[in-house]
Amino acid sequence: MAKALINVPAKARRGDVIEIKALTSHIMETGYRHTAAGEIVPRDIITSFTCRFNGAELFRADFFPAIAANPYLSFFMIANDSGKLDFEWIGDHGFSTTASASLSVVE
Amino acid sequence: MKRSIAFVVLLMMPCLLRAGEIPATGRRSGYSFMAPDTRAMQDDDTANPGMLWVMEGESLWAKQDGASEKACADCHGDARESMRGVAARYPAFDQVLGRPVDLEQAINLSRTRHQQASPLAHESRELLALEAYIAEQSRGMPIAAGADPQLAPFVDKGRELFMTREGQLNLSCANCHDDNWDKRLAGSAITQGQPTGYPLYRLEWQSLGSLQRRLRGCVTGVRAQAFEFGSPEMVELELYLMTRAAGMPIESPAVRP
Repeated sequence: MAKALINVPAKARRGDVIEIKALTSHIMETGYRHTAAGEIVPRDIITSFTCRFNGAELFRADFFPAIAANPYLSFFMIANDSGKLDFEWIGDHGFSTTASASLSVVE
Repeated sequence: MKRSIAFVVLLMMPCLLRAGEIPATGRRSGYSFMAPDTRAMQDDDTANPGMLWVMEGESLWAKQDGASEKACADCHGDARESMRGVAARYPAFDQVLGRPVDLEQAINLSRTRHQQASPLAHESRELLALEAYIAEQSRGMPIAAGADPQLAPFVDKGRELFMTREGQLNLSCANCHDDNWDKRLAGSAITQGQPTGYPLYRLEWQSLGSLQRRLRGCVTGVRAQAFEFGSPEMVELELYLMTRAAGMPIESPAVRP
Protein backbone atom coordinates (compact mmCIF):
# COMPACT_ATOMS: atom_id res chain seq x y z
CA MET A 1 0.00 0.00 0.00
CA ALA A 2 1.28 3.40 -0.94
CA LYS A 3 2.08 5.18 2.27
CA ALA A 4 4.01 8.25 1.15
CA LEU A 5 3.44 11.26 -1.07
CA ILE A 6 6.54 12.63 -2.78
CA ASN A 7 6.72 15.85 -4.75
CA VAL A 8 9.86 16.29 -6.84
CA PRO A 9 9.85 18.24 -10.11
CA ALA A 10 10.26 15.69 -12.92
CA LYS A 11 12.56 18.02 -14.84
CA ALA A 12 14.96 20.75 -13.78
CA ARG A 13 17.64 22.81 -15.48
CA ARG A 14 21.24 22.16 -14.43
CA GLY A 15 22.09 24.32 -11.44
CA ASP A 16 18.46 24.99 -10.45
CA VAL A 17 17.57 24.89 -6.77
CA ILE A 18 14.63 22.51 -6.48
CA GLU A 19 12.28 21.78 -3.59
CA ILE A 20 11.63 18.22 -2.46
CA LYS A 21 8.53 17.48 -0.40
CA ALA A 22 7.87 14.23 1.40
CA LEU A 23 4.73 13.33 3.36
CA THR A 24 4.16 9.99 5.00
CA SER A 25 1.41 8.30 6.93
CA HIS A 26 2.18 7.66 10.60
CA ILE A 27 0.31 8.15 13.90
CA MET A 28 3.38 9.47 15.80
CA GLU A 29 2.11 8.29 19.18
CA THR A 30 4.16 10.21 21.73
CA GLY A 31 4.37 7.63 24.53
CA TYR A 32 3.25 10.30 27.02
CA ARG A 33 -0.50 9.75 26.71
CA HIS A 34 -2.59 7.59 29.01
CA THR A 35 -5.71 5.55 28.32
CA ALA A 36 -8.91 6.10 30.33
CA ALA A 37 -7.74 3.18 32.51
CA GLY A 38 -4.48 5.01 33.30
CA GLU A 39 -2.13 2.85 31.24
CA ILE A 40 0.52 4.53 29.12
CA VAL A 41 -0.07 4.31 25.37
CA PRO A 42 3.27 2.92 24.15
CA ARG A 43 5.43 5.19 22.06
CA ASP A 44 5.15 4.58 18.32
CA ILE A 45 7.02 7.16 16.26
CA ILE A 46 9.21 7.48 13.21
CA THR A 47 12.77 7.88 14.48
CA SER A 48 14.66 8.70 11.32
CA PHE A 49 14.21 9.87 7.76
CA THR A 50 16.82 9.65 5.03
CA CYS A 51 16.85 10.87 1.46
CA ARG A 52 19.56 9.59 -0.87
CA PHE A 53 20.39 10.86 -4.33
CA ASN A 54 21.98 8.19 -6.53
CA GLY A 55 22.93 6.35 -3.35
CA ALA A 56 24.61 9.30 -1.62
CA GLU A 57 22.96 10.76 1.45
CA LEU A 58 21.33 14.08 0.62
CA PHE A 59 19.23 14.84 3.70
CA ARG A 60 18.70 13.12 7.03
CA ALA A 61 16.49 13.96 9.99
CA ASP A 62 15.94 12.44 13.43
CA PHE A 63 12.35 12.50 14.63
CA PHE A 64 11.13 12.92 18.21
CA PRO A 65 7.79 12.55 20.01
CA ALA A 66 6.85 16.24 19.57
CA ILE A 67 6.59 15.86 15.80
CA ALA A 68 3.01 15.77 14.49
CA ALA A 69 1.27 12.78 12.96
CA ASN A 70 1.75 12.23 9.22
CA PRO A 71 5.03 14.18 9.18
CA TYR A 72 5.72 16.44 6.23
CA LEU A 73 9.25 17.47 5.26
CA SER A 74 10.42 19.96 2.70
CA PHE A 75 14.06 20.58 1.75
CA PHE A 76 16.10 21.81 -1.19
CA MET A 77 18.85 20.51 -3.46
CA ILE A 78 20.83 21.80 -6.39
CA ALA A 79 20.00 19.86 -9.53
CA ASN A 80 23.40 19.00 -10.99
CA ASP A 81 22.74 15.56 -12.43
CA SER A 82 19.84 13.36 -13.42
CA GLY A 83 19.20 10.52 -11.04
CA LYS A 84 17.05 8.72 -8.55
CA LEU A 85 15.94 9.94 -5.14
CA ASP A 86 15.31 7.28 -2.51
CA PHE A 87 13.35 8.07 0.62
CA GLU A 88 13.29 5.96 3.75
CA TRP A 89 11.43 6.32 7.02
CA ILE A 90 12.40 4.09 9.97
CA GLY A 91 10.55 3.93 13.27
CA ASP A 92 9.50 2.05 16.40
CA HIS A 93 8.29 -1.56 16.26
CA GLY A 94 10.18 -2.21 13.05
CA PHE A 95 8.34 0.44 11.05
CA SER A 96 9.85 1.07 7.64
CA THR A 97 8.53 2.76 4.50
CA THR A 98 10.35 3.58 1.32
CA ALA A 99 9.54 5.66 -1.72
CA SER A 100 11.44 6.91 -4.73
CA ALA A 101 11.31 9.56 -7.41
CA SER A 102 13.40 10.37 -10.44
CA LEU A 103 14.82 13.67 -11.52
CA SER A 104 15.94 14.47 -15.01
CA VAL A 105 18.26 17.40 -15.53
CA VAL A 106 18.21 19.24 -18.85
CA GLU A 107 20.69 21.83 -20.06
CA MET B 1 -54.08 50.33 -0.26
CA LYS B 2 -51.78 49.26 -3.09
CA ARG B 3 -48.88 50.89 -1.35
CA SER B 4 -49.59 49.10 1.90
CA ILE B 5 -49.77 45.72 0.10
CA ALA B 6 -46.41 46.45 -1.51
CA PHE B 7 -45.06 47.34 1.91
CA VAL B 8 -46.31 44.06 3.42
CA VAL B 9 -44.77 42.07 0.54
CA LEU B 10 -41.49 43.90 1.06
CA LEU B 11 -41.60 43.10 4.76
CA MET B 12 -42.28 39.43 4.08
CA MET B 13 -39.47 38.90 1.60
CA PRO B 14 -36.64 38.57 4.09
CA CYS B 15 -38.92 36.35 6.17
CA LEU B 16 -38.62 33.59 3.55
CA LEU B 17 -35.07 33.20 4.80
CA ARG B 18 -35.97 33.67 8.47
CA ALA B 19 -33.86 35.61 10.91
CA GLY B 20 -30.16 34.88 10.98
CA GLU B 21 -30.05 32.36 8.13
CA ILE B 22 -27.26 32.88 5.63
CA PRO B 23 -28.32 33.87 2.10
CA ALA B 24 -26.92 31.83 -0.83
CA THR B 25 -24.65 34.70 -1.85
CA GLY B 26 -23.21 35.05 1.65
CA ARG B 27 -22.13 31.42 2.10
CA ARG B 28 -18.48 31.00 2.99
CA SER B 29 -16.47 27.84 3.23
CA GLY B 30 -14.32 27.25 6.31
CA TYR B 31 -11.43 27.54 3.85
CA SER B 32 -11.94 31.29 3.60
CA PHE B 33 -11.46 31.68 7.36
CA MET B 34 -8.09 29.87 7.37
CA ALA B 35 -4.58 31.28 7.51
CA PRO B 36 -2.55 31.26 4.25
CA ASP B 37 -0.33 28.38 5.50
CA THR B 38 -3.30 26.09 6.10
CA ARG B 39 -4.84 27.03 2.75
CA ALA B 40 -1.58 26.17 1.01
CA MET B 41 -1.61 22.79 2.74
CA GLN B 42 -5.08 22.01 1.37
CA ASP B 43 -4.28 23.31 -2.12
CA ASP B 44 -1.18 21.17 -2.63
CA ASP B 45 -2.13 17.50 -3.06
CA THR B 46 1.36 16.42 -2.01
CA ALA B 47 1.16 18.44 1.22
CA ASN B 48 -2.47 17.63 2.07
CA PRO B 49 -2.39 14.65 4.47
CA GLY B 50 -5.97 13.82 3.46
CA MET B 51 -4.54 12.52 0.20
CA LEU B 52 -2.91 9.66 2.17
CA TRP B 53 -6.42 8.38 2.93
CA VAL B 54 -7.50 8.96 -0.69
CA MET B 55 -4.58 6.80 -1.87
CA GLU B 56 -5.53 4.09 0.60
CA GLY B 57 -9.17 4.33 -0.48
CA GLU B 58 -8.14 3.87 -4.09
CA SER B 59 -6.47 0.56 -3.26
CA LEU B 60 -9.41 -0.55 -1.06
CA TRP B 61 -11.78 0.22 -3.96
CA ALA B 62 -10.10 -2.49 -6.01
CA LYS B 63 -9.71 -4.99 -3.15
CA GLN B 64 -12.02 -8.00 -2.93
CA ASP B 65 -13.87 -8.36 0.37
CA GLY B 66 -16.63 -10.39 2.02
CA ALA B 67 -18.29 -13.69 1.06
CA SER B 68 -19.09 -12.38 -2.44
CA GLU B 69 -15.37 -12.00 -3.13
CA LYS B 70 -16.17 -8.82 -4.99
CA ALA B 71 -14.45 -5.46 -4.88
CA CYS B 72 -16.25 -2.11 -5.11
CA ALA B 73 -14.74 -1.83 -8.60
CA ASP B 74 -16.35 -5.10 -9.77
CA CYS B 75 -19.81 -3.47 -9.69
CA HIS B 76 -19.05 0.26 -9.82
CA GLY B 77 -16.12 0.18 -12.23
CA ASP B 78 -13.81 3.15 -12.32
CA ALA B 79 -14.68 5.41 -9.37
CA ARG B 80 -13.42 8.42 -11.32
CA GLU B 81 -16.52 8.06 -13.49
CA SER B 82 -19.08 6.14 -11.43
CA MET B 83 -18.55 8.09 -8.19
CA ARG B 84 -18.34 11.52 -9.76
CA GLY B 85 -20.86 13.80 -8.03
CA VAL B 86 -22.05 11.11 -5.61
CA ALA B 87 -20.69 12.77 -2.46
CA ALA B 88 -22.39 16.03 -3.47
CA ARG B 89 -25.79 14.26 -3.33
CA TYR B 90 -25.44 12.58 0.09
CA PRO B 91 -27.15 12.04 2.55
CA ALA B 92 -29.67 10.38 0.19
CA PHE B 93 -32.91 8.48 0.74
CA ASP B 94 -32.62 4.71 1.14
CA GLN B 95 -35.80 2.98 -0.09
CA VAL B 96 -35.31 -0.16 2.02
CA LEU B 97 -34.71 1.66 5.30
CA GLY B 98 -37.20 4.43 4.48
CA ARG B 99 -34.86 7.12 5.75
CA PRO B 100 -31.79 9.06 4.63
CA VAL B 101 -28.33 7.53 4.91
CA ASP B 102 -25.03 9.37 4.69
CA LEU B 103 -22.10 8.37 2.51
CA GLU B 104 -20.47 6.26 5.25
CA GLN B 105 -23.70 4.35 5.84
CA ALA B 106 -24.16 3.91 2.09
CA ILE B 107 -20.69 2.36 1.87
CA ASN B 108 -21.49 -0.01 4.73
CA LEU B 109 -24.91 -0.89 3.27
CA SER B 110 -23.22 -1.74 0.01
CA ARG B 111 -20.75 -3.89 1.91
CA THR B 112 -23.45 -5.86 3.77
CA ARG B 113 -25.98 -6.07 0.92
CA HIS B 114 -23.71 -6.70 -2.06
CA GLN B 115 -20.29 -7.76 -0.82
CA GLN B 116 -21.64 -9.82 2.11
CA ALA B 117 -18.91 -8.21 4.17
CA SER B 118 -19.09 -6.85 7.71
CA PRO B 119 -19.71 -3.10 8.06
CA LEU B 120 -16.64 -0.98 8.79
CA ALA B 121 -16.51 0.80 12.15
CA HIS B 122 -17.21 4.53 12.34
CA GLU B 123 -14.01 6.59 12.07
CA SER B 124 -12.03 3.48 11.15
CA ARG B 125 -9.17 4.08 8.79
CA GLU B 126 -10.71 1.90 6.07
CA LEU B 127 -14.12 3.59 6.14
CA LEU B 128 -12.60 7.08 6.11
CA ALA B 129 -10.27 6.04 3.29
CA LEU B 130 -13.13 4.78 1.10
CA GLU B 131 -15.23 7.83 1.94
CA ALA B 132 -12.34 10.17 1.13
CA TYR B 133 -11.67 8.42 -2.18
CA ILE B 134 -15.33 8.63 -3.20
CA ALA B 135 -15.71 12.23 -2.01
CA GLU B 136 -12.58 13.30 -3.86
CA GLN B 137 -14.31 12.36 -7.15
CA SER B 138 -16.80 15.20 -6.53
CA ARG B 139 -14.18 17.88 -5.96
CA GLY B 140 -15.31 21.22 -7.31
CA MET B 141 -18.87 20.04 -7.93
CA PRO B 142 -21.74 21.97 -6.33
CA ILE B 143 -23.47 20.43 -3.30
CA ALA B 144 -26.89 19.18 -4.41
CA ALA B 145 -28.18 17.10 -1.48
CA GLY B 146 -31.81 17.07 -0.39
CA ALA B 147 -33.40 17.51 -3.83
CA ASP B 148 -35.39 14.25 -3.43
CA PRO B 149 -38.89 15.22 -2.14
CA GLN B 150 -38.88 12.13 0.11
CA LEU B 151 -36.14 13.84 2.10
CA ALA B 152 -38.16 16.97 2.91
CA PRO B 153 -39.42 15.87 6.38
CA PHE B 154 -35.87 14.82 7.34
CA VAL B 155 -34.40 18.15 6.23
CA ASP B 156 -37.01 19.83 8.45
CA LYS B 157 -36.06 17.63 11.40
CA GLY B 158 -32.40 18.45 10.88
CA ARG B 159 -33.19 22.13 10.69
CA GLU B 160 -35.12 21.89 13.93
CA LEU B 161 -32.14 20.20 15.61
CA PHE B 162 -29.88 22.95 14.27
CA MET B 163 -32.14 25.63 15.77
CA THR B 164 -32.78 23.93 19.14
CA ARG B 165 -30.87 25.10 22.18
CA GLU B 166 -29.33 22.29 24.20
CA GLY B 167 -26.73 21.42 26.80
CA GLN B 168 -25.56 23.21 29.94
CA LEU B 169 -24.52 26.21 27.85
CA ASN B 170 -28.03 26.23 26.32
CA LEU B 171 -26.81 27.01 22.81
CA SER B 172 -28.13 25.92 19.43
CA CYS B 173 -25.92 25.42 16.37
CA ALA B 174 -27.58 28.53 14.89
CA ASN B 175 -26.53 30.72 17.82
CA CYS B 176 -22.94 30.49 16.62
CA HIS B 177 -23.01 29.39 12.99
CA ASP B 178 -25.94 31.51 11.71
CA ASP B 179 -25.79 34.49 14.06
CA ASN B 180 -22.12 34.94 14.99
CA TRP B 181 -20.03 33.35 12.24
CA ASP B 182 -18.25 36.64 11.56
CA LYS B 183 -16.88 36.73 15.12
CA ARG B 184 -14.25 34.77 17.00
CA LEU B 185 -14.44 32.36 19.90
CA ALA B 186 -11.24 32.60 21.92
CA GLY B 187 -8.61 32.85 19.15
CA SER B 188 -10.50 30.90 16.51
CA ALA B 189 -12.89 31.94 13.78
CA ILE B 190 -16.42 30.65 14.49
CA THR B 191 -17.16 29.99 10.75
CA GLN B 192 -20.50 29.21 9.16
CA GLY B 193 -20.19 25.46 9.69
CA GLN B 194 -20.52 24.61 5.99
CA PRO B 195 -19.78 20.89 5.41
CA THR B 196 -17.92 21.35 2.13
CA GLY B 197 -14.76 19.35 2.74
CA TYR B 198 -15.63 16.15 4.63
CA PRO B 199 -14.08 13.82 5.35
CA LEU B 200 -11.34 16.32 6.19
CA TYR B 201 -7.91 16.41 7.82
CA ARG B 202 -8.13 18.40 10.99
CA LEU B 203 -4.79 19.50 12.40
CA GLU B 204 -6.26 19.32 15.90
CA TRP B 205 -7.20 15.66 15.33
CA GLN B 206 -3.92 14.81 13.60
CA SER B 207 -6.13 12.67 11.41
CA LEU B 208 -8.89 12.54 8.86
CA GLY B 209 -12.36 12.64 10.40
CA SER B 210 -16.01 12.59 9.39
CA LEU B 211 -18.65 15.30 9.64
CA GLN B 212 -20.27 13.25 12.43
CA ARG B 213 -17.06 13.41 14.47
CA ARG B 214 -17.02 17.19 14.02
CA LEU B 215 -20.69 17.49 15.01
CA ARG B 216 -20.14 15.38 18.12
CA GLY B 217 -17.25 17.66 19.09
CA CYS B 218 -19.47 20.72 18.76
CA VAL B 219 -22.35 19.15 20.74
CA THR B 220 -19.99 18.10 23.51
CA GLY B 221 -18.63 21.65 23.46
CA VAL B 222 -22.00 23.08 24.50
CA ARG B 223 -22.02 20.43 27.28
CA ALA B 224 -24.80 18.36 25.74
CA GLN B 225 -24.96 14.59 25.30
CA ALA B 226 -23.77 13.94 21.74
CA PHE B 227 -25.84 11.74 19.42
CA GLU B 228 -24.33 8.34 18.66
CA PHE B 229 -22.41 7.82 15.42
CA GLY B 230 -24.87 6.77 12.71
CA SER B 231 -27.96 7.79 14.68
CA PRO B 232 -30.93 9.17 12.68
CA GLU B 233 -30.49 12.58 14.34
CA MET B 234 -26.89 12.78 13.14
CA VAL B 235 -27.89 12.02 9.57
CA GLU B 236 -30.75 14.55 9.71
CA LEU B 237 -28.31 17.21 10.91
CA GLU B 238 -25.86 16.28 8.16
CA LEU B 239 -28.67 16.45 5.61
CA TYR B 240 -29.81 19.87 6.79
CA LEU B 241 -26.23 21.17 6.71
CA MET B 242 -25.79 19.93 3.14
CA THR B 243 -29.02 21.65 1.98
CA ARG B 244 -27.87 24.77 3.86
CA ALA B 245 -24.64 24.64 1.81
CA ALA B 246 -26.43 23.94 -1.51
CA GLY B 247 -24.37 25.08 -4.48
CA MET B 248 -21.06 25.35 -2.62
CA PRO B 249 -18.21 23.38 -4.23
CA ILE B 250 -17.00 20.14 -2.61
CA GLU B 251 -13.38 20.41 -1.33
CA SER B 252 -12.83 16.88 -0.02
CA PRO B 253 -10.44 16.05 1.46
CA ALA B 254 -10.13 19.51 2.98
CA VAL B 255 -7.67 20.64 5.67
CA ARG B 256 -8.91 22.55 8.71
CA PRO B 257 -7.06 23.86 11.77
